[in-house]
Amino acid sequence: MSPETANLEEIVAQVPPARGVVEPLPPVNAEGEQLLEISMGPHHPSTHGVFRMNVVLEGEQVVRLKPVFGYLHRNHEKIAENAAYLAAIPYTDRLDYLCSMTNNWGYALAVEKLAGIGVPERAEYIRVIVAELTRLQNHASLIGFLMQDMGMSGTPLMYAFREREKILDLFESLSGARMMCNYMRFGGVRVDTSAEWLRQVRELNGEFPRFLDEFESLLAGNEILMGRAQGVGVLSPELAVSSGASGPMLRASGVNYDVRKVDGYGVYDRFSFRVPLGDHGDVYDRYMMRVLEMRESVKILEQAVRDIPAGPIMDPKARLRGLRPKAGEAYGRIESPKGELGFYLISDGTGNPYRYRVRPPSLINLTVLEDMCLGRGVADVVVILGSVDIVLGEVDR
Amino acid sequence: MLGIGIIQGLVETARNFFGSYTSKQRLTTVQFPDERLIQPEAARVFPFLVYDTDDWEKGLRCVACKICEVECPPQCISITKSADKKPDYSGIYSGKPQFYPEKFDIDVSVCMSCQICVEVCPFEAIKMDNAFELSTDDRFGGLMWDKQRLAMPNSHYQAIHPTDAAESDAALAEKKAKAEAKPAAAAAAAPAKPAPEKAGAATER
Ligand code: SF4
Ligand code: SF4
Repeated sequence: MSPETANLEEIVAQVPPARGVVEPLPPVNAEGEQLLEISMGPHHPSTHGVFRMNVVLEGEQVVRLKPVFGYLHRNHEKIAENAAYLAAIPYTDRLDYLCSMTNNWGYALAVEKLAGIGVPERAEYIRVIVAELTRLQNHASLIGFLMQDMGMSGTPLMYAFREREKILDLFESLSGARMMCNYMRFGGVRVDTSAEWLRQVRELNGEFPRFLDEFESLLAGNEILMGRAQGVGVLSPELAVSSGASGPMLRASGVNYDVRKVDGYGVYDRFSFRVPLGDHGDVYDRYMMRVLEMRESVKILEQAVRDIPAGPIMDPKARLRGLRPKAGEAYGRIESPKGELGFYLISDGTGNPYRYRVRPPSLINLTVLEDMCLGRGVADVVVILGSVDIVLGEVDR
Repeated sequence: MLGIGIIQGLVETARNFFGSYTSKQRLTTVQFPDERLIQPEAARVFPFLVYDTDDWEKGLRCVACKICEVECPPQCISITKSADKKPDYSGIYSGKPQFYPEKFDIDVSVCMSCQICVEVCPFEAIKMDNAFELSTDDRFGGLMWDKQRLAMPNSHYQAIHPTDAAESDAALAEKKAKAEAKPAAAAAAAPAKPAPEKAGAATER
């Protein structure tokens, strides 16, 4: 991985114009022969949930792929528009159910912008700690799932889940729930961390590199992994930028764009960490991106746990009930483990948002699935989809 | 040589396999239900209604203010306010009679264990339980919990969430002391009563 690659502006200048609406083609090839259409999903184990792909094959090769979403649609946005601002927080837990902490943060950030609520220093540090822990467990389990998609049975997944379990235990002792944490509030966090909890984080963080080394010796140099991942599902930086992809997927294509660096939201501008970048934009780079990001997260955690100040965890002006921001709009975005997670809110001065919109990174990263899969075999589709890192709760909302 | 990477990986697997006989860290499986993990204090499953004294019906703290009903995100609480008032058995309303919930139902099949009802209740009347083995074969009545099923003594709260309970008791005691101090201050004679015993139980967090 070279640290220095083309920056965003240069790439944007080279982005080709949009293709416009593409009419669906009949499933025949140039000679008029019938092609094979298969429907993968919605109950396919590799789709990580309920997701369907209509794949058109010529021989073994994918010539067309149409993703079909919506099997897990729960009307999240409209529910939030009909509820008080506070009531939407537990629903955001259920968007990307692996990363409830970062979802909470994205929403809290949008409301704080909308209503002009500040966040005390200690709460900002706690948010960084839980968000980076979330990133660790998300990336670890993603690699496990990806390896399972490649047919390496369950070993890497089990190792990843063993580590994830420790992080979930920490979340449980802090927030009361392992996955549906419902932890952040506008203007702070719900409960304070104890010194003992911080000690446990430090201990876990100290052990985590050992796990990463173990993972590396298990996988790095593995011929199956390299054969299945290198050169597969290449995403060019131009396409990545023009499609709006974000997160590790965008950076694997060599685009230096991380909302933590760009916005410096929270207190991220105080930590020294690097943004790993890929060279090829293939599945292998996306896998490496996760490994390297975990190492950076370990560094951030180290600094955050060391520097966390004492103080209040809630802004004194923040109120739990009856929040009525004055009319206006706000967009809060964070770097969730999957990419740029944004919440867009319009207030009309009443107790519930007039418009509530989620920008889910998984959905937008999925839109380039066809471009990555063309010309590859069906088995590669599974691996490419796995490397995108989707959670259907977030894609369908 | 082709295959070196795979062999290297298998060595790591073998190390973990044999390591699981010696290292506790590698052997993480818990044989539920014979073995059980200790739930952390913060664990939350479904809400319960707190009562003081030993009569669950008379001692319920809830005054049917319906705040939790309004704020509950999936709207799974349903309350009917009483027409009359009941005497203050729990002793936290400075002896004033209060309304009480004629009906207080929570549909636990809808409840998403979010704890928002607990956070918004101004009277420390609803708290989260940590019992989780609650399956039932009665899918209609068995999942609609009425106030009798929901009622739990304050001692239960103190047992499962000692830290939070101490805070909550201290807050109530403070409120009570203030309420008692008010007429006293108006009379400008009697000194304020000392805070009851429980206040001292508040622990640092
Ligand atoms: S539980 Fe609390 S918030 Fe709900 S009605 Fe009773 S007193 Fe009001
Ligand atoms: S825990 Fe949440 S969903 Fe359940 S009753 Fe309370 S507010 Fe409603």
